[in-house]
Amino acid sequence: MILDWLLPVLISVALLLAVAGMLKRISLWRAGQPEKVSFFSGLMAMPRRYLVDLHHVVERDKYMSKTHVATAGGFVLSMVLILAVHLFGVENRWVNYALLGALVLMFVGALFVFKRRLNPPSRLSKGPWMRLPKSLLMFAVSFFIATLPAAGILPENFGGWVLAAVLAAGIVWGMGELLFGMGWGGPMKHAFAGSLHLAFHRRPERFGGGRSTGLKPVDLTAAKLGVEKPTDFKWNQLLGFDACVQCGKCEAMCPAFAAGQPLNPKKLIQDMVVGLAGGSDAKFAGSPYPGIEVGKAEGGPNKTITEGLVSPDTLWSCTTCRACVEECPMMIEHVDAIVDMRRFLTLEKGSTPNKGAEVLDNLIATDNPNGFNPGSRMNWAADQNLRVMKDVKEAEVLFWVSDGAFDMRSQRILRAFVKVLKAANVDFAVLGDEERDSGDVARRLGDDATFQSLAKRNIAAMSQYKFQRIVTTDPHAFHCLKNEYADFYPEGQKPDYEVLHHTTFINELVKAGALSLEEFKGGTVTYHDPCYLGRYNGEYDSPRELLNELGIEVAEMERSGFRSRCCGGGGGAPITDIPGERRIADMRMAEIKETGAELVAVGCQQCTAMLEGVVEPRAEVKDIAELVADALIEGDAPVSKKNGKQAKPNADKRVAEEIL
Amino acid sequence: MQPDKQNANLRIAALVSVGKHPGSGRARRAEQDARAVEMGLAMAPQGLEVLHAGDPHAEALRAYAGMGLKKLRILQQGENADAVPALSQYLSETKPDIVLTGVRAESGESSGMMAYLLGEKLGMPVVTRIAEIVSIDNGQANLLQALPRGQRRALRVPLPFVASVDMAAATPRQSAFGPASRAEMEAKAADVEVLDEVQASWSEAPARKRPKRLKVVKAKTAADRFKAATAKSSGDGGKVLRDKPASEMAQAVFDLLLEEGVIR
Ligand code: SF4
Ligand code: SF4
Repeated sequence: MILDWLLPVLISVALLLAVAGMLKRISLWRAGQPEKVSFFSGLMAMPRRYLVDLHHVVERDKYMSKTHVATAGGFVLSMVLILAVHLFGVENRWVNYALLGALVLMFVGALFVFKRRLNPPSRLSKGPWMRLPKSLLMFAVSFFIATLPAAGILPENFGGWVLAAVLAAGIVWGMGELLFGMGWGGPMKHAFAGSLHLAFHRRPERFGGGRSTGLKPVDLTAAKLGVEKPTDFKWNQLLGFDACVQCGKCEAMCPAFAAGQPLNPKKLIQDMVVGLAGGSDAKFAGSPYPGIEVGKAEGGPNKTITEGLVSPDTLWSCTTCRACVEECPMMIEHVDAIVDMRRFLTLEKGSTPNKGAEVLDNLIATDNPNGFNPGSRMNWAADQNLRVMKDVKEAEVLFWVSDGAFDMRSQRILRAFVKVLKAANVDFAVLGDEERDSGDVARRLGDDATFQSLAKRNIAAMSQYKFQRIVTTDPHAFHCLKNEYADFYPEGQKPDYEVLHHTTFINELVKAGALSLEEFKGGTVTYHDPCYLGRYNGEYDSPRELLNELGIEVAEMERSGFRSRCCGGGGGAPITDIPGERRIADMRMAEIKETGAELVAVGCQQCTAMLEGVVEPRAEVKDIAELVADALIEGDAPVSKKNGKQAKPNADKRVAEEIL
Repeated sequence: MQPDKQNANLRIAALVSVGKHPGSGRARRAEQDARAVEMGLAMAPQGLEVLHAGDPHAEALRAYAGMGLKKLRILQQGENADAVPALSQYLSETKPDIVLTGVRAESGESSGMMAYLLGEKLGMPVVTRIAEIVSIDNGQANLLQALPRGQRRALRVPLPFVASVDMAAATPRQSAFGPASRAEMEAKAADVEVLDEVQASWSEAPARKRPKRLKVVKAKTAADRFKAATAKSSGDGGKVLRDKPASEMAQAVFDLLLEEGVIR
């Protein structure tokens, strides 16, 4: 029968074309900058990363995870068996049955894909993606029927040439999508690029339950700083962009998109794909950047991205909240890409928008974003008798005060925390005027030069003193100190301390019995997870446990924990201030209102500022440190077993004398 | 800036100094000098030369380069050398059409005399506190001079001239680290180096804050306050001399200076 010789030919041709396409694609990625990856161990680890780590993320959507297991599993299995049966002519009844079984599995999976596509949510891309379930079905059905004679279920020559022609057409369609399309940029590209992306991921630490959120340092001596053209990305970043399945999970979580600012992380990744391959975004069939028409953007591997492909406003809208990264089933790193492009705009073009330039200038000249006299950093604590490292040289805990020192609202949080520390008799000291801005804002605004300078000077200041732990009330400083400073220690040195957020630390104190607390007597309370505490550092439990200790049952918001929504204050977004239709903080406050909460507990001065900026009536905003300080039963503070070192008795006296 | 403002043949020298942040005392690009560079970049990006007399290794100078300059010209001289002789010597050779300076330096003597001394040495007219160079035609520049309370005075000045740039001028563009670190610092020893003896004899100390008399606002209504804030300062005894013989006007100025005891 015709198919007997036609099938092997078709399969071979499809395979050859697919391989040619893949090689072409690989050459596109290789146009990127070199980056070392562990080639073999990456490839070896790939199946596990796919089956365990990626599945973990997909699993959040049960429907899709089952569907994908059936479809992809069925397809991979059938493909192997198709090669055996129809290309190499293996004649074994059981192999044939296995192939039929695999095709049925794939067919069932594809039916569910089809069903989802009947009424797709707006986050999903349409276009070729609407064709995909039909192609999957076509592939499964055609090969199923074509395999029946071989399996001995249907007679040879069943249906004559008419059926053979129909089957051949179906097979060409199916393989066209699934094999040819995989190499030549169809929706199935995701399978090919995705598996390599998992193997050569730039942050392999993310697999196996790990976390890797610190930005990568810029080599300040390079001929060009940051990413101007697609080929300025590392090759494996380009590969990562190609892995996108346009599921739009990132879009659905993005606060800037929801606020109507001109950013859509999915579109951004697709624009990067347009850039790396060359062409225009006319074929993009998903939601646009709010307020920007689709079809006008053009790019190429060696064209400046911000001239024609992506508007700088898109890049500056991002709050670096990482909601997209957390949600992406393909583990794509949107924030890295956005900051890389910002770096070029700031470090090479000097075009940080709005207050950006002023803030950076202030950071350079005064080590704080508002240009306050650096000598006044301790003014907030004039009445607190804090011990300063310069005098004591050593303490168990270094209290990292952060720039909250200059802000009256944040000072209330700082005072509350000091009250708690004192009540628990913690042996702590501060850096005083030797502390500088952590560099967080500078880094997110793309100014890695200023960040690195601040980091190095902070490290030098800290290295003079002995302490075991750093505790801070600012999740942004927390993140920098914990995840980003290690890159800037002098050769041969590394940080030898633990960095804790104040909620973690207070929680420890409470558990150790160092604090006695009253029951909280207010109304309903909800908790807002700061991005830089939660998604960046995985701390979701301590704040909640602490609230429980206060007798508060947290009325959770729908978007909470790893799905918490940004307050709008991260990534320098309030500084670059790109207009949208709504304000992110207002949207968050609306979500707080939905829980019926009268008070929202937070663990970040920036979140406090953003949420308190929402017009009344709204829930009251309090930092957890303030709630704990209010609940302290004073007078009989028990001495903790663990942190119970008594503050040096003459310390207070000496400070008092100095003031006199 | 509007490209139509740019003038291909115009040659501008912007003089820059090492500034000093008022809060931290740290070296930085001086605010007025940066405005002078900005003005130069807007008018004649090709014909702009940015000039400094002093130490070519001063890091703060790079902040000017970060505004997009390929190079800075530095007349290298010692810390206590007077900048005026070196600059005037150099400028008398290069003969730019416009010399821009800040109104006064943020450190050092900060006397605000630079523009006048250069004007005297180079024999060029001096315009103080300009906010904008509006246009240039027929060898004459149309300028806006900044006056208190946001007022402007339109002036027409023949090229070449020396002008000091007021804070009211356009804010300088952001300084980018990349170009700043790559710019060439073209240093050559200044042809003349004159020790600034006056400055050498001074000693510097941080200023002490002096008590300020609180302003008692008498205005009762918002409208009154607005008026008080925007009213022209009503200095009396002023006299405008115009369209009279130059000798007569000079005499009037001379008499006034004598009367006020400025000259004897
Ligand atoms: S970037 Fe990730 S989350 Fe966003 S559409 Fe692509 S695959 Fe989905
Ligand atoms: S980090 Fe947040 S704001 Fe930025 S693109 Fe991702 S979801 Fe949107």
